Amino acid sequence: MQAIGTSSLPDIVFMLIIFFMVTSTIRETNKKVIVKIPEASETAKLERKDLASYIYVGTPIKTEQAKYGTDVRIQLNDSFRSVTDIRDFVAAERENMNEADRPFMTVSIRADINTRMGIITDIKQELRRCSALKIMYSSRKPSSTE
Amino acid sequence: MVRRVNEINSSSTADIAFIILVFFLMVSNMDSVGGLQRLLPPMPDEDQKVEQQKVNRRNIFVVKINEKDQLYAGSDYIDISMLKDKAKEFLVNPNNDESLPEKENKEIEGFGLYPVSKGVISLQNTRGTSYETYIMVQNELVKAVNEIRDEFSKEHYGRKYAALDEDKQKIVRQIIPQNISEAEPVDTKSKKR
Repeated sequence: MQAIGTSSLPDIVFMLIIFFMVTSTIRETNKKVIVKIPEASETAKLERKDLASYIYVGTPIKTEQAKYGTDVRIQLNDSFRSVTDIRDFVAAERENMNEADRPFMTVSIRADINTRMGIITDIKQELRRCSALKIMYSSRKPSSTE
Repeated sequence: MVRRVNEINSSSTADIAFIILVFFLMVSNMDSVGGLQRLLPPMPDEDQKVEQQKVNRRNIFVVKINEKDQLYAGSDYIDISMLKDKAKEFLVNPNNDESLPEKENKEIEGFGLYPVSKGVISLQNTRGTSYETYIMVQNELVKAVNEIRDEFSKEHYGRKYAALDEDKQKIVRQIIPQNISEAEPVDTKSKKR
């Protein structure tokens, strides 16, 4: 019996690599909160991913619950923060951006579906105060298309 | 005399490639960066406040969500499935109804005069409203606007809004603006700050 030729195996695997490189974004922050993004059929893609800053809102993950409890928390970059820290966060994100791109900065709010609007409202008000007016409610397309 | 170099042994390329593959699988996440885009209103100046509230009542479509996630739109408690049609009726105002928003003839560059609706959808919520419901309502409102845009595009350009080129999309956006205002919730100030 002849052995199966494996000479094309590297090519196949490289193909897979290229697929994953194209479809994925590199994870920048370690998520410390559980976020289940809501579904919305009108989800629009963000044109410039590099101009987006993320605010995570949700309950802390299991390993962090002992320290931070199960209340809904805000995560900026890699740590838990309060609403008042958003100002510094926005300022820092702006600073990192190209001067020409700054007006197009979008703050993406990735909040869990079980969050109450109170905390979201606080975030929105704070964002208005630091005039980061372009926001986006993260959502994903429903899996079953109607 | 030139000696032919032996071919490089390539049997390990597969292994190397697998290691890279595993690396990318681990460091990447597949969730898409999509969402509902919104423009927040700028913080009002203190002396400006009085003037801003002078919006004609017929031009405002109030959508309220209470802490039990019940939906109040226009003048009634309604189900979320009816919201889209109500919003569309409000924004299009096909029969120029007196109680629905007025229209203003605007000169649109590249299109000409068109009666643009002055209607604004005002979305209000309480601190207890769940985020899921809020997004569902937002989605219905965006859907209403998108459907009106699609209808307009089909009628005038024969194609859906998404299939138009940049310039025409801009025209359609000007003719059918997405006026969804997210007012400050009424009870924000009383509870905090």
